[in-house]
Amino acid sequence: MTLEFTLSSARNALRARRISSRELTEAHLAAIEALEPALNAFITVTPEQALAQADAADAAIGRGEGGPLAGLPVAIKDLFCTKGVRTTAASRILEPFVPPYESTVTANMLRDGAVFLGKTNLDEFAMGSSTTTSAFGPAINPWQRRGANVQLVPGGSSGGSAAAVAAGMALASTGTDTGGSIRQPASFCGIVGMKPTYGRCSRWGVVAFASSLDQPGPFARSVEDTAILLGSMAGHDPKDSTSVNRPVPDYVTACRRGVKGLRIGIPREYRVDGMSAEIEDLWSRGIAWLRDAGAEIVDVSLPHTKYGLATYYIVAPAEASSNLSRYDGVRFGLRVPANDLTDLYEETRAAGFGAEVKRRVLIGTYVLSAGYYDAYYLKAQKVRALILRDFTEAFGKVDALLTPTAPSAAFGLGEKSDDPVQMYLNDVFTVPASMAGAPGISVPAGLDAEGLPLGLQVLGRHFDEETVFAVGAALEAAAGFSAKPAVRMEAGR
Amino acid sequence: MSAYVIQGATGPWELVIGLEVHAQVVSRAKLFSGASASYGAEPNSQVSFVDAAFPGMLPVVNRECVAQAVRTGLGLKAAINLVSRFDRKNYFYADLPAGYQISQFAHPIVGRGVIEIELEGGAIRPIGVTRLHLEQDAGKSMHDQHPALSFIDLNRAGVALMEIVSEPDMRTPEEAGAYLRKLRTIMRYLGTCDGNMEEGSMRADVNVSVRRAGEPFRTRCEIKNVNSVRFVMQAIEAEARRQVEVWEAGEAVQQETRLYDPGRGETRSMRSKEDAHDYRYFPDPDLLPLVIEQGWVDELAARLPELPDAKKARFMSQYGLPSYDAGVLVMEQATADFYEAVARGRDGKIAANWMLGDFFAGLNRMGRGIEESPISAEGLGGLLDLLADATINGRIAKEVLEAMMETGEAAAAIVEARGLRQVTDTGAIDGAVDQVLAANPDKLAEYKGGKEKLFGFFVGQVMKAMAGKGNPALVNEALKRKL
Repeated sequence: MTLEFTLSSARNALRARRISSRELTEAHLAAIEALEPALNAFITVTPEQALAQADAADAAIGRGEGGPLAGLPVAIKDLFCTKGVRTTAASRILEPFVPPYESTVTANMLRDGAVFLGKTNLDEFAMGSSTTTSAFGPAINPWQRRGANVQLVPGGSSGGSAAAVAAGMALASTGTDTGGSIRQPASFCGIVGMKPTYGRCSRWGVVAFASSLDQPGPFARSVEDTAILLGSMAGHDPKDSTSVNRPVPDYVTACRRGVKGLRIGIPREYRVDGMSAEIEDLWSRGIAWLRDAGAEIVDVSLPHTKYGLATYYIVAPAEASSNLSRYDGVRFGLRVPANDLTDLYEETRAAGFGAEVKRRVLIGTYVLSAGYYDAYYLKAQKVRALILRDFTEAFGKVDALLTPTAPSAAFGLGEKSDDPVQMYLNDVFTVPASMAGAPGISVPAGLDAEGLPLGLQVLGRHFDEETVFAVGAALEAAAGFSAKPAVRMEAGR
Repeated sequence: MSAYVIQGATGPWELVIGLEVHAQVVSRAKLFSGASASYGAEPNSQVSFVDAAFPGMLPVVNRECVAQAVRTGLGLKAAINLVSRFDRKNYFYADLPAGYQISQFAHPIVGRGVIEIELEGGAIRPIGVTRLHLEQDAGKSMHDQHPALSFIDLNRAGVALMEIVSEPDMRTPEEAGAYLRKLRTIMRYLGTCDGNMEEGSMRADVNVSVRRAGEPFRTRCEIKNVNSVRFVMQAIEAEARRQVEVWEAGEAVQQETRLYDPGRGETRSMRSKEDAHDYRYFPDPDLLPLVIEQGWVDELAARLPELPDAKKARFMSQYGLPSYDAGVLVMEQATADFYEAVARGRDGKIAANWMLGDFFAGLNRMGRGIEESPISAEGLGGLLDLLADATINGRIAKEVLEAMMETGEAAAAIVEARGLRQVTDTGAIDGAVDQVLAANPDKLAEYKGGKEKLFGFFVGQVMKAMAGKGNPALVNEALKRKL
């Protein structure tokens, strides 16, 4: 049953009283119980809270009330602080941390009546592209290669959120995207993932990785569903100085706009060396679909694309090295007892952080150090400005860009973990838009030769998520993607 | 230029002094959180999740703190930067919850300004202000509460500070003291910092170097966190003498951070340049550049109070006061206001003389500031009125003032109750003169013999006989007549 519903159809069913939120929630909790041993998509499941919220939603719907998300069971990336519910960022250092406050984004969703099933697995502090750096064990992709029984990664960092939605453990979920952490796992798991414009969703109460890049966004099984969820998540927050005070448009209506007359840019620099034929073919099909739907296809250039990854891996660790200084064992979270303050820091952080987090803290500390700051951090900021200018110039000519989301389909657990640079290359198509702060969506568009999903990415102008949704919906309609993952809740159970 | 030098074994050395003052901003809330910024509350009772750097918490700048920095900048006749930026200064310490302090490193909100200090003898010397920037204070570590543990109080964490950096323009400890006092006066007038060094709401880091006259600057040392004007002056002298000894021993002064020990009267090394932190400053990505409008700055400027320099000039021209007297009266806004209330409609010079003389002496004796004066400005004015209309004479007025200090009663009431009205009845005066002359035949003979200095003796005796209440002019007149 759970996979049959979209957020939108479940909402209709609830309003028509064909199903109760309690039934819907129980079905999803059952799916979690059944699939969690195989997928490890959750760090914390909150059945009691979910059922209480479901009952409250049923009562509200019964009174003819209830917000846009009333009674809809969703999952929350364990990077969003949730009041009274443990929030770990998938790190040992926050393992015992129970926030006394609710993040703005999740508070917005609760205001709209959402049911929270639990907190999903992620790369530690959102640092990774595979959800293998989690202190709570890796999350597993519900998809499998045809005829092979190899565990695949769900992508990352929001891998648990993507796996949960793909497998039918939640109708939708929240993620955060710093360099591709929503779009890439959406591509790997065959679902839709949307990264809004930087500043569209509040970062207040979201455990920070890289403040100038982090942006919350939705996962769901349809473009319209992500539009519904983003409409609830987004909005100005005076508690986040980088949140933007502009009205949130009707994203659902935007999904139905079509692409007729839109100019779609194809950035030539994304045709990278060694790109697989499958990815090339998928991209070509996407171009054809949009052309057939009435869009004009335009070749564009984003000349600084090739510096995107290198720049990102200076800026993001620099900010992270500073953001993670607060995990010091003094006020909350893990504390390893020690004889003096320096030992307390060293032993707490040595025990609390995993290898990838330590690596990035070291890189970040290095690039901000006296004598290296100009060569790395300052230079990266200058290149970042050039990347933004690339996008600004391209969007002077076109309304949106179409690219592949990731250079490959999901890879096997452990396949890239011995070489961090190979892992970082996963973000090659997603990072530039992150650096520019532009919105993007990944839509499942086809399968590779081994039967694994591949996504196409649509990027748009700042605060023009509407066009991104419109183009995404057109791709979705043309692709008719209907394949299902191997590990999932069967219809009818 | 002052001739202050340190005489070393090899000749005279000149001092070069610059000051970095940390001034706590007067505001209800902290710089980036809504928590209260008041002093003296229970430990950790004024701490928001932002102050304690909980996960996901974000800073939002408090506009009132920005306004206070702009006001202070205007008071220092400084350039106000309409675009400034907050940076993170990264270092680990237990009372720095985020592991970084939000400060303004590269782009401060206030640029170059000037503070005019008055030196002994009345000479005015301008001291350059390099910059003023906003930053967060840290919390407080307490190491004496437990044998093995340190306690942390985060009430102060996140409170807004203004760091005000001077040019290395000062050459004597006295100039440094005058600079600090003047800066404090300006900020107290503006209401931007209470200047209370004992409570730590104003602290100074002192940069000192020595050199031969005419030389470029030599290596400086920074003396951290000196918490009184007197200690700043002592620390400068002690540090300069130490540096002279180092240079004269043929060694080189090492750039380092030092602490002043007032008990021993010497500075000692805190950390050397090699141990200095690499603060890894970078723009705080949680905050947008701080952009303010010129119109807003103009509004703040239009509502600034009259500042001490302007007030002093006005006191000199409006009330005819000498520079020194005017300078003392404007040192504190409350004193200046009190003075103006007394002087209004009266003789300004006489008002100043009484305030700076017997009135201040009385307050000092009682250990009170002008805010706790037992006599109001109206009360002191009432006394001066009795003096002006000759109800009492000057000597009696001093006595009445003392009684007012003790009882808080009005001058007129005291004069009536104690019968202190001046005697102008010539009959009574003549009688007292006759009595004194009759009682002192020998002195009278001496006077007649040419010892005219004895005239004062007779005046005193007559006044004494009249319990001080005789009108001095009439007493003089009667004595002259009868002698």
